[in-house]
Amino acid sequence: MREYEIISNRRLTHKTWVMILGGDTAKITAPGQFVNIAIPGLYLRRPISICDYSHVRGEITLLYDVVGEGTREMSQMKAGTKLNILSGLGNGFSTSSIGSSPLLLGGGIGCAPLMALARTLRQQGKNPVAILGFNTAADSFGMERWFDQIGVEAYVATVDGSLGTKGFVTDVIREKKISGDHFYACGPMPMLKALCQRLEMPGEVSIESRMGCGFGACMCCSVETADGAKRICKDGPVFRKEELIWK
Amino acid sequence: MEINNAHNPNGDINRLQVSLSGVVLQNPVIPASGCFGFGYGMSEFYDIDCLGSISFKGTTRDPRFGNPLPRVAECPSGMINSVGLQNPGIDAVIAEELPKMREKFHQPIIANISGFSIDEYVECCSKIDKEDQVAIIELNVSCPNVHGGGMSFGTCCESVAEVVREVKKVITKPLYVKLTPNVTDIVAIGSSAVEAGADGLCLINTLLGMRIDIKTRRPVIANRMGGFSGPAVFPVAVRMVNQVSKACGVPVIGCGGVSSAADVIEMMMAGATAVEVGAANLVNPYACKDIVDALPHEMDRLGINSLTEIIGIV
Repeated sequence: MREYEIISNRRLTHKTWVMILGGDTAKITAPGQFVNIAIPGLYLRRPISICDYSHVRGEITLLYDVVGEGTREMSQMKAGTKLNILSGLGNGFSTSSIGSSPLLLGGGIGCAPLMALARTLRQQGKNPVAILGFNTAADSFGMERWFDQIGVEAYVATVDGSLGTKGFVTDVIREKKISGDHFYACGPMPMLKALCQRLEMPGEVSIESRMGCGFGACMCCSVETADGAKRICKDGPVFRKEELIWK
Repeated sequence: MEINNAHNPNGDINRLQVSLSGVVLQNPVIPASGCFGFGYGMSEFYDIDCLGSISFKGTTRDPRFGNPLPRVAECPSGMINSVGLQNPGIDAVIAEELPKMREKFHQPIIANISGFSIDEYVECCSKIDKEDQVAIIELNVSCPNVHGGGMSFGTCCESVAEVVREVKKVITKPLYVKLTPNVTDIVAIGSSAVEAGADGLCLINTLLGMRIDIKTRRPVIANRMGGFSGPAVFPVAVRMVNQVSKACGVPVIGCGGVSSAADVIEMMMAGATAVEVGAANLVNPYACKDIVDALPHEMDRLGINSLTEIIGIV
């Protein structure tokens, strides 16, 4: 547990915020891990996926939607505020043993962990393509440009067609004839289910859950997988598509 | 007993040492069952050998996946959980979990055993009793008795007494009964357990609670209700520990909302010989180590030479 300082905390859309934290990043070993934040006045910590991080600058970027009490409190926090945070939790995405053309598929706030993932894959000389899905243009915050800046091609889909391709990320893959040899996905469960069932290529998905501790002690976020019971916080949040059982 | 004269390797009097039915603990701080797994996972955070003991994850005869998600809900100064006794079953605990626990932990272990029938308690306790490092068996009697209309064993004097009597026949280690606070008269339940042969008592388990998501108009917990714990329940726990320890005449492990060295001291003054720390571990993984480290300073501040001198002084 370390103390972190809020460097900035900025509103991006009607519901999405970006917070940059300064502090120790040493515990972060892979993109797709998360932090667990103690929120003054609330008992349980709030797990938030790491959008991006820099070991050099000692910075962690978080993207979060204001969906409840904890994230509402976070959105009110000012730069300079000190936070008690557990960092580098969970397994994260595996990036070393995959092909050169991975697809990064995000739905809504699930786009967040794809940023550090894209940067890691680029550093490994791979050519990832990102496809970001939102409900409507108002939910999008120009994240495709963040990918552009690190040389990663990015597409946007919206369910209502108000931005980019009308439909889901799978519609972009079909329409733009995008091919890949591995997929990474994070987003709502129905999206992840559809991707795991429809995409032939190997893949891994990051799933979310209410958590008790966030480090594997309480069993409050267990899922039944093909390999037995797993803790989303400790054995996940990233699972191979074969591991997940869809009902 | 020579507890007050016990020495640690440095030759200093161990002011923190306590004894539960002859089982000597280097300090009274014990992570509570269900909040610390089998300990070895927590050794990523600190050397768990600094703890007095560990009460391991509640274990049943058969493997259990537990309840659907969500299993946890935020509360003012606390939380509700409804995990549903997820565990790999007694045989896997003995074959796989205890060996991993022993690699990291060399202090006496408290085995928390749950069951849904007398037979299940007897079988699990008989098996775990043979494990060397297990020093105390802690019986979780908050589970429903499937042969007794689904009522919890721990809410009825007769069923508590029956399970204690049957388990005592097959074990050699001290038996502590972990009492549920969801009863009309916890002293009566505790007394029944002691009359039936319990060597000690542990209290309190969680208080039954519920939260509702007012936007979705649904319970937050998938299983509707769950166990409420955290600092909010501490005063209830102190009161019950005080009542039970005065009435029952056996060592009591105090549990419920303990989060600091001061809480440990308060719980011991109420009558606890040792103290379990539950929910605090989940929000601060270093909670138990922080408490162990803070105890000597807190004792100095309060003029306490040895923890044994304050047990039940109130």
